[in-house]
Amino acid sequence: MIGTWDDRSTAATPLAPLVEYTLGLGDDALVLAQRLGEWIASGPQIEEDMALANIGLDLLGQARALLSYAGELEGAGRDEDALAYLRDERDFRNLQIVERPNGDFAVTMARQLAFAAYQYELYGRLKTSADTTLAAVAAKAVKEVAYHRDHATRWILRLGGGTDESHRRMQAGLESIWPYVGEMFDPEPAVAELAASGVAVDPTTLREPWAAYVDGVVAEATLELPEPRFHGRGGRRGLHTEAMGYLLAEMQHLHRAHPGATW
Amino acid sequence: MNAEPLWEVFVRSRRGLSHIHVGSLHAPDAEMALRNARDVYTRRQEGVSIWVVPAASITASSPDEKDSFFDPAGDKVYRHPTFYDIPDEVRHL
Repeated sequence: MIGTWDDRSTAATPLAPLVEYTLGLGDDALVLAQRLGEWIASGPQIEEDMALANIGLDLLGQARALLSYAGELEGAGRDEDALAYLRDERDFRNLQIVERPNGDFAVTMARQLAFAAYQYELYGRLKTSADTTLAAVAAKAVKEVAYHRDHATRWILRLGGGTDESHRRMQAGLESIWPYVGEMFDPEPAVAELAASGVAVDPTTLREPWAAYVDGVVAEATLELPEPRFHGRGGRRGLHTEAMGYLLAEMQHLHRAHPGATW
Repeated sequence: MNAEPLWEVFVRSRRGLSHIHVGSLHAPDAEMALRNARDVYTRRQEGVSIWVVPAASITASSPDEKDSFFDPAGDKVYRHPTFYDIPDEVRHL
């Protein structure tokens, strides 16, 4: 396996497992919300600007709930803003797939399909979590991500089955995102106990239902499932791709330049 | 420039009995038009049901025909049911 980041010596400071887990899910939602916001005023049509912004706002809502809860569990006085705006790259626990640059519309749709289908399976199980806060967040979010998954599915079917150009670019979109798919299902030793006690969801159990859905969409869109040549990993431990620092710079600069600023 | 067809959007509000025209949008086909309509016109809980209709399928009266279409009704006040004395016994009318 080439192209992996696996340097534990520089990874994030470990936190209590439930804080770690909640932060990971919250960071996934926060970072993808930021990426989708970049589409506003750049979409292929104004209707799509609205669709992607709505999806981003759904994710931002999930992020706020999860980060607030993580801060509360941590008990160190950090609120959602402190966690979103005042942590550095190595302290973000998000999967690398959500930080990947938007690319063209097909790349964004490939990322949306892969990630929304993952969140759909995840939240569908987390809504029966023994932790009532996580269960409540998941129960609300699963309806949102069902729509995100449907939105990406419909675009991929149309781009895959559209013109030669749209087919070619949709295939290229899948190829550029698929190296980051594997990480979603990597075992997370930090949450193994939480998963065993019914609080967290073991990510390795999500691969099969995820693939049953996603592989079907890719086939129906007359596209080929990519066979990635590397497998990005390490996001949950704070190891990110080169795209992450730029994303954080844009997301955090206002808050850092004007500490405590409010609307 | 937008090569995608135009769709007219009708939304039924939570307390409404009929779908009301709310605007239009572009989409490649009906399924996508319905989803775009959800995102553009119902983000603030405006509705519980959406119709989308291809704008090209709507046959509209022409502004040029306004006089012949609508003016003849203008002087026929007897078409309004306002010339009857309503008996006191009739309620709820």
